[in-house]
Amino acid sequence: MNDGRRQLLSCMAWVGTGLLWTVSGGVPRTLGLLGTAAAMPAPGLTFAQISDSHIGFARDPNTDTPGTLKAALDLVVAQHPAMMLHTGDVSHLSRPEQFDIAEQLIGATGIETHYIPGEHDWLEDDGRPFVARFQKGTKQGAPDGGFYSFDREGVHFVGLNNVADLKPGGMGALGARQLAWLKTDLAGHGDSTPLVVFAHIPLWVVYKEWGWGTDDSAQALALLRRFGSVTVLNGHIHQILQKVEGNVAFHTARSTAFPQPAPGTAPGPGPLKVEPGRLREVLGVASLTFTRGQSHLAVVDTPLGA
Amino acid sequence: MSGLLSRRRAALLLAVLPAVRAGAAGVASVTIDNFTFTPAVLTVAPGTRVVWINRDDIPHTVVSDARPPAFRSHALDTDDTFEVVFDRPGRWGYFCALHAHMQGTILVR
Ligand SMILES: [Cu+2]
Repeated sequence: MNDGRRQLLSCMAWVGTGLLWTVSGGVPRTLGLLGTAAAMPAPGLTFAQISDSHIGFARDPNTDTPGTLKAALDLVVAQHPAMMLHTGDVSHLSRPEQFDIAEQLIGATGIETHYIPGEHDWLEDDGRPFVARFQKGTKQGAPDGGFYSFDREGVHFVGLNNVADLKPGGMGALGARQLAWLKTDLAGHGDSTPLVVFAHIPLWVVYKEWGWGTDDSAQALALLRRFGSVTVLNGHIHQILQKVEGNVAFHTARSTAFPQPAPGTAPGPGPLKVEPGRLREVLGVASLTFTRGQSHLAVVDTPLGA
Repeated sequence: MSGLLSRRRAALLLAVLPAVRAGAAGVASVTIDNFTFTPAVLTVAPGTRVVWINRDDIPHTVVSDARPPAFRSHALDTDDTFEVVFDRPGRWGYFCALHAHMQGTILVR
C-alpha cells in the first residue's frame, strides 16, 4: 500500500454540504455537487437516513425541533425513497408526548421507516417504550433488545443498539448478547450479500474524550470484514463524517435538530450555537442509493436549506 | 441569565433544607457543565446532602456505579437537580448513563 492510499484510508474526510460521493473499490471519489448532472441518482434501491430529531429539545439554537423534522421529511418525500432509516435520538427525553410528535410527523410521510434507539430514547424502563412503539413488527434479536435485521431487495440491513447498559467510563456498547446474535444473523449470508449496518453511536472511535465511539465495535467489525460491500450508518455526533476501511464505508448523518462541534473543537459536545438564519444549512438528511451489480453505494447529503 | 437562575434555585434549596430533613449535616453541590461533573471528587462528612445541578442544555443522569446502583436519577434536564443524603462513610463512584465517559466520586468520611 503506498503512502497516499494509506493516508486516504486513515484520515477522516470532512465533507461540506451537498456533496455527492461514491465508493468504488474502497476508494471514495467525489462526483460533483448537488444539482449537477453527475449527482442524479442511479436506478437501484434508494433509501433515506434521518437522525437525531431530538423532539422535546427547545433551546438555542433550535426552539422548533418538530418544524425542522418536518422540513427534513419534506425533503425526503420529494426524493421518493423506497424506505427510510432513523438512526436514533428520535426524542430528547423519551417522553410519550415527544414520541407522539415524532411518530405522527414521520407516519404522515407514508414511508416505511426502520428505527434504532439513541441514548435519549432509552431513558425509561430499559427502552421498552421505544421498542414497543418504534420497533413493533421487527424480529427482535433478543427480547426488547432494540436490535434486529431484515432483507430488502437483496440487501441485508442490520439495526444495532449501542446505547443500552453503558459502563462507567466507557463509550457506546453492543454487549456480548448482541454480538452473539450478530454472528448468528450474519452466518446465513454469503460474502457477496451487500450489508447496511445502522446504529446510533459511531461504530468506530471518532473522539474518545467525548465518548464518540463504541467500546466493542471491533468485534462487530471483525464479523463484517468478509463481506464485499458494507455500509455503516450512524448518527449521534450531529455532523457528516465519512471514512473508508477496506470494504467498509462509514457515514454519519447530520441531525434534523441542531449541530454539534467538530471533535475536540469545543470544551464539550453540547449544541453548537449558530445564527438563527443559518440553522438549516447545518441540518439535513442523507439519501443512499445501492445499485445491484455495482460495488459502490452513493450517498447524497442534503441540507435543509442554504 | 441562566446562571443567575441556577444560583437562585440553589439558594432556595438551602433555605428549605432543614424542613426537608432534620439532622442533615450540611449541603454540598456538584455542578454539571460541559459534560463534566465539578468537582470530580467531592469529600463530605456523613449525613451530608449532595445536590447535583445540570447546567448543560443537554440532559444528563447521575447513576451510582455499584451493581445494583446505590442511587440513580432520572434524566436531568437543564437546571434540574438531584439529591442524595450520604449517611455512611465510603467511596461512591457514579457516572452519567447517557454519556458514560462522565464520571465522578463522592468520598464520605
Ligand atoms: Cu450526560
